[in-house]
Amino acid sequence: MSRNLYDLIGLAAGICFILALKGLSSPKSARKGNLIGALGATIATVIVFFYANEGRALNNQTLILAAIGFGVLVGVPAARKVQMTQMPQLVALFNGVGGGAAALVAIVEYLKLGSDATTAVVIATVFTVIVGCVSFSGSIVTFLKLQELMTTRPVIFPFGRQIIALTLIGVLVSGGWVIASGGTTPLLVNGLLSLIFGVLFVLPVGGADVPIVISLLNAFTGLTVAASGYVLQTTLLIIAGTLVGASGTILTKLMAEAMGRSLFGTLFGAFTATAQQSSGTADVRPVKSGSAEDVAILLNYAQRVVIVPGFGLAVAQAQHTVRELADLLAAKGVEVAYGIHPVAGRMPGHMNVLLAEANVPYEQLVEMEEINPTFPQTDVVLVVGANDVVNPAAKTTPGCPIYGMPILDVSLAGNVIFLKRSMRPGFAGIENELLYEAKTTLLFGDAKDSLTKVVSSLKSL
Amino acid sequence: MVSELMSNEIALLAIFLLSVFVGFEVVSKVSTTLHTPLMSGANAIHGVILVGAIVVADHAKTTLEISLAIAAVILATINMVGGFVVTDRMLQMFKGKPKQKKDAGEDK
Repeated sequence: MSRNLYDLIGLAAGICFILALKGLSSPKSARKGNLIGALGATIATVIVFFYANEGRALNNQTLILAAIGFGVLVGVPAARKVQMTQMPQLVALFNGVGGGAAALVAIVEYLKLGSDATTAVVIATVFTVIVGCVSFSGSIVTFLKLQELMTTRPVIFPFGRQIIALTLIGVLVSGGWVIASGGTTPLLVNGLLSLIFGVLFVLPVGGADVPIVISLLNAFTGLTVAASGYVLQTTLLIIAGTLVGASGTILTKLMAEAMGRSLFGTLFGAFTATAQQSSGTADVRPVKSGSAEDVAILLNYAQRVVIVPGFGLAVAQAQHTVRELADLLAAKGVEVAYGIHPVAGRMPGHMNVLLAEANVPYEQLVEMEEINPTFPQTDVVLVVGANDVVNPAAKTTPGCPIYGMPILDVSLAGNVIFLKRSMRPGFAGIENELLYEAKTTLLFGDAKDSLTKVVSSLKSL
Repeated sequence: MVSELMSNEIALLAIFLLSVFVGFEVVSKVSTTLHTPLMSGANAIHGVILVGAIVVADHAKTTLEISLAIAAVILATINMVGGFVVTDRMLQMFKGKPKQKKDAGEDK
């Protein structure tokens, strides 16, 4: 296959990726967009077999095919079986291995070129190794945080700021060393320091900011792919990587805006973080907890009920039960709506995906800006496994980790019912003052169990 | 020869810059509902580094180079294939909604 033909087909694949991103930006065309992207990726993968070794079978072809087969065997079942609640961490993991792959590609090409590499190629290699390694190790840490295999709170350690700054300097200096002298050892040192920096960079990020970091690392990986495309002189990789890098950057900014976070604050939290206020002191204060019957009575005599779903609903897989409750209330003449915070769950849009899975009618899902003005006319708000997105501290307590995040103003409603597993604070690790207010009733337990009990009490009323 | 190389570099730079603008433009207006699938889809797209991994696996000579390249092929495949599959799963759930609305309203 000639270089020109290869590049033309590569261009077609690149256009597929543009159409894919375009499609993914609108609900109607999103699924088609994703399929077009998959088509582009398949074309790109197939044609490289015909081009790379001038039409002959590739060196190591059997190994390559076996490796692809193995990758499919790992990736597809993981993607198929993952619970929708655990999807964010899977995306983080996929992103991390992509960054790792890009770094490896640049390293192998660098080893092969040896002293033949031009300075520009060496610079691109160093960039790929640094950013790819940061993306890899950073994504692994976000995975561990989301999977709750480690603490979701910001990890602050003594002299953290200085250690992170020193590591960053080490990364840059060793990068310069590679460019100046070449050789394998400097690149190895550079890669190792970058891996360490990736871990240190993500550790101080609080749970609520993790989605933003995943999105940012995703953009990073895109840029890494573009840089390795330059190393390999492959147009398609430059197009695909740059597209993801640019759109990922915009997406990161949009996400940060939706959560009311400054991107700068999230990123450089590592450098500015100080000790967090502890949240253990308020636990002794009295709260009003009720039974499922109390909750059922409150709901039964309400005119308007707003359900605020959160990650607890997802964990308990209670989306079907909550729909049953909503249908029951609607049958009794109660007006029911769902108040969806843009970042309810673990990622923007996560809750919409889950409720769609339970066939909740689309028009009942009301976005934050529209539902907020209706809370004063709402008799009962039922908060199912959510916490941070209704925490008034976001408005009242400057300096707390979620300060400035737009919230659902549930405190304006007549009554607030929290279905919670325990008094444990939410993902961001902050106490919620609303729990102690007189209008608040708490029903402890697994969201699904509690909802089932409320449903059966409601039926017997 | 030299001038040909230069023009190639310029062409790559042009491609890079244009892709930046396209990337910015294409997602500048997207509702929060789609943030997660969009991120996941973009994530799958950079799995196309698989192409690069295959190219270096073809170049690789020493055992070290081959092992690293093959590792890259595996990781890139997981990224690409897994990414598209999980995005499709997410979007499957979105698809149901407008359809049902239609079923209830116009179609019947």
